[in-house]
Amino acid sequence: MKMREPLFHIAKRRRMDFWKAWLIRIVAVLFALVVSGLVSYLLTKTNPIEIYQTMWKGSFKNARYIWNLAQGIAILLCVSLAVTPAFKMRFWNIGAEGQALIGGLVAATCMLKLEGAMPSWLLILVMLCGSMLAGAIWGLVPAVFKAKWGTNETLFTLMMNYIAIQIVSYFTYIWAVPAGSGKIGIINQKSQIGWLPALFGQKYLINILVVLAVTVIIFVYLKYSKHGYELSVVGESENTARYIGINVKKVIIRTMILSGALCGLAGFLLVAGTDHTIDSNTVAGRGFTAIMVSWLAKFNPFSMILTSLLIVFLQRGAGQVATDMGLNESFSDIITGIIIFFIIGCEFFINYQIKRTGRREESK
Amino acid sequence: MFAAFLQRAIMQGIPLLYGSTGEIITEKSGNLNLGIPGIMYVGGISGVIGAFFYEHFSPAMNPFLAVLIPFLCSLVGSLLMGLIYSFLTVTLRANQNVTGLALTTFGVGIGNFFGGSLTRLVQSEVPSVSLPKTSAFFKTSLPFAKNLGVIGDIFFSHGFMVYLAILIALVAAYILKRTRVGLHLRAVGESPATADADGINVSRYKYLATCIGSMIAGLGGLYYVVDYVGVWSNDGFGDRGWLAIALVIFAVWRPNSAVLGSLLFGGLYIVHNYITGFGVAAQELFKMTPYVVTILVLIITSIREKRESQPPQSLGLSYFREER
Repeated sequence: MKMREPLFHIAKRRRMDFWKAWLIRIVAVLFALVVSGLVSYLLTKTNPIEIYQTMWKGSFKNARYIWNLAQGIAILLCVSLAVTPAFKMRFWNIGAEGQALIGGLVAATCMLKLEGAMPSWLLILVMLCGSMLAGAIWGLVPAVFKAKWGTNETLFTLMMNYIAIQIVSYFTYIWAVPAGSGKIGIINQKSQIGWLPALFGQKYLINILVVLAVTVIIFVYLKYSKHGYELSVVGESENTARYIGINVKKVIIRTMILSGALCGLAGFLLVAGTDHTIDSNTVAGRGFTAIMVSWLAKFNPFSMILTSLLIVFLQRGAGQVATDMGLNESFSDIITGIIIFFIIGCEFFINYQIKRTGRREESK
Repeated sequence: MFAAFLQRAIMQGIPLLYGSTGEIITEKSGNLNLGIPGIMYVGGISGVIGAFFYEHFSPAMNPFLAVLIPFLCSLVGSLLMGLIYSFLTVTLRANQNVTGLALTTFGVGIGNFFGGSLTRLVQSEVPSVSLPKTSAFFKTSLPFAKNLGVIGDIFFSHGFMVYLAILIALVAAYILKRTRVGLHLRAVGESPATADADGINVSRYKYLATCIGSMIAGLGGLYYVVDYVGVWSNDGFGDRGWLAIALVIFAVWRPNSAVLGSLLFGGLYIVHNYITGFGVAAQELFKMTPYVVTILVLIITSIREKRESQPPQSLGLSYFREER
């Protein structure tokens, strides 16, 4: 009996040239832009070129827009950097949202309760430590259970998000100004105690510099430190790690403390350096977006600057299209989704190749 | 009051039941579809779009069509979402978590975008689209329910989609546990390499399970919009999709346990409305309970290490034959 053979088969690629891989990614982004342009055209009946111009305007209209863009990138990048060590270890921390939020809550609490008790610089320091500690604890809990009993971390960290959200919304009711409004409002608006100061007249500059420093630190940590090496071995194969004498439990717990603390830092930057208030939507889904940012950048902190630029640019651009052309705000989510689908999909062509069946000898 | 509570708990539980039945079938094939929340939004809005146009362009509504059109639209919408997910993760072997999260962003975006557009279309004063006629058809309950007193209120006063959810869950439980198809599906989720060696078409099972699972989950969104509230408002569905994923764990991957679990989760979801005397703020804390319960179940099942209550072995991993 003759077996029906498929016309093509898929084989894993050994390795691809660096520039080729990036060429494929750029082509994918271009394809994605064409498709999003088409979708926008169908929804608005506007010339796609005009839509792209509007999107560009959303990020680069004037200096203030560019600062806002940089600020958006900084915060998203910070959360992305935070989740990266955990992902490299194959620990799916999708609880960054909660870890950042609880960090932000601690910062807001300090601003509210310690106003006047100490000078502003000391308060900021206390807030910073408190936020990072809170985030670390939020990351530590699932890590301990994962290390000890292998509890599924994806689902555990996901549930921790909602606990954080509910705790925050509890306190927004408790501290609401005016009482009963369910909103805390800008904290210390007059005294500006606990606010990150403006540097050279730019209120977001400190945020951006802090995140840049974190980027470099994480890059060095992952690439050149013993810790970074250990966590990538654990990620590749837990058995290998155990065999060469790495204490897997310790690495899991240590890495998640780091991951959680950095999320806490992002929460601190959001509250002390950006919003000066808190509600349950302060992190605004960045905990989830960060996962895509980190993954798209292949866990490389410097590539993450580019991927978070792409995502923030898209969101702002689509927001601008929405306001200018009378569309709904959620338009940006659709565009973000389409672009990510394309980039995720293109990885296949980097990792695998499609061969004609029966030609194997020739291709060798 | 307790009867009213129970009745509402059932109604709150049904979207979760649809979502978790769909997700259980999907996860049994080894696909951890975190796009379920987005799929449920799409299932809801597709149904709403269908119902909206039927309600606005046909003067005399046929009850049968009024139910069928939204129902089919919802199925098609969530099927497309399932296809996107399967194509990316099964054919292109993309990372499941990233794909799922992107799908959720995309799906919630679609829901709110078209929901917002419809709202603008009707130029109503409230930011929502109401579908009074369609929802009346969906809510039609058994005629004798009113005569049965409390029992009737609790168990027989619902629209057909409530019973359909329970039926689907029970049938899914039967298929997974007792049939050859179910055995094959579980084999694919536990160890795709073994299943492949046995001649089971792994990709086909993964595709089918994910797409059927998405369609079932999408119905949860539809039920919520056209039956439970009868109004589409943006973000109205809330985080129920994530709660449905939580319910999968609570039910330890058994659709029949999900039936009771959904009742419990539905109750926990609204119990804060019934605990009075602690103030608005404390209610926010009570809303935490479903998530805390899920975490406890997650911890307990992992500590007990019972073989039957573990996630499918290859959950979250893509399968590539040449990588065995």
